[in-house]
Amino acid sequence: MNAPFYKFGLFNSDVSLIIAFIIGIAFGFALERGGFGSARILAAQFYFSNMRVLKVMFTAIVTAMLGLYYLSVIGFVDLSLIYISETYILPQVVGGLILGVGFVIGGYCPGTSVVSFATGKLDGLMYILGLMFGIFIFGEVFPYITDFYYSTNMGSVTLPQYFHLSYGLVVFLVVIMAVGAFALAEWSEKKFAHRNPENQL
Amino acid sequence: MTTIVQKISSVFAKDKELVEVKTKPYSNPYLTGIGLGLVLLAAFVIMGRGLGASGAMSTLVAVGVNTVAPEHTQSNPFYSEYLGDGTTSPLKDWLVFEVLGVLAGGFISGSLAGRVKKGIEKGPNITSKKRLLYAFVGGSLMGIGAKLARGCTSGQALTGGALLNLGSWAFMMMIFAGGYAAAYFLRRQWL
Repeated sequence: MNAPFYKFGLFNSDVSLIIAFIIGIAFGFALERGGFGSARILAAQFYFSNMRVLKVMFTAIVTAMLGLYYLSVIGFVDLSLIYISETYILPQVVGGLILGVGFVIGGYCPGTSVVSFATGKLDGLMYILGLMFGIFIFGEVFPYITDFYYSTNMGSVTLPQYFHLSYGLVVFLVVIMAVGAFALAEWSEKKFAHRNPENQL
Repeated sequence: MTTIVQKISSVFAKDKELVEVKTKPYSNPYLTGIGLGLVLLAAFVIMGRGLGASGAMSTLVAVGVNTVAPEHTQSNPFYSEYLGDGTTSPLKDWLVFEVLGVLAGGFISGSLAGRVKKGIEKGPNITSKKRLLYAFVGGSLMGIGAKLARGCTSGQALTGGALLNLGSWAFMMMIFAGGYAAAYFLRRQWL
């Protein structure tokens, strides 16, 4: 058996929508369990008092990265068939900065705002409306910023390719970095425990 | 199974005394992360793609604008990309269905843990009105940022992070940089 299943034609696109819904349920469930439906917990990441965002995200990245690495090494998954979006470094760096600022102002990111709304939070709903307004603004100015949007294209490029390192080595380095980040996160949560919103719930 | 159904339906019950669901603390972040990572891995293995969120909102916006002004969207490549070639409905989209799932999954998890409550998430020193305004403004900024970066925390940082995508890692570092840089100026909202 070969994966990704969809790319090998195991099911059609209508079935893929049902799978999308099921995967979405699991995604939303995990986000809510992790405390990501709460803007106070998400924002506390930027005040060093609650590091759930970093812990959950890096654990998830490491888990999926290791899983994909081993599944490709044993020949189960064909990595070349997994979609990797192209890098447009300058717009992505600027977009990331805007997103970071917006995160602290709004208290959510697009995925977590859906979970927040699903658990009855009005600010989550306002965030979603704002998000759609922002996308509308982007759509309206798009014809004027097309050049910038398509600038600095580097194609589909991964860290191992860019730094000329082996896939396995980069995987190993990311794991080491994550473990270091977890240690720092635990330390900082202890230091700023007095203003951790989770302790005040 | 019946207790699970009872707990979920209790959210809509007028008489909360009948089925009382105690608010549970959030799960261990590392275990949650492993769970989330396995969901992402399942998406890679089954579909050959990762997770996402902002893409679904873009489809909704494009469909909305197209309903009001169809000539306008046809001349704009940003909208027309989300609208497709017209052979199928643009709403029959993988990310739209995935985000509907997120809505359902978040609700199920919240109901089981007694965390579905109408309210506003805010710091102790800000009014509700101001908080709602900030949520809207922050959302708008993130809509612009996510479109510029070709994805948000789900589609770029999480998915691209696990795929070791160069642009996604640069993007992720910049989210943290932007967030920490802005945090000081917004401390009154949260602390």
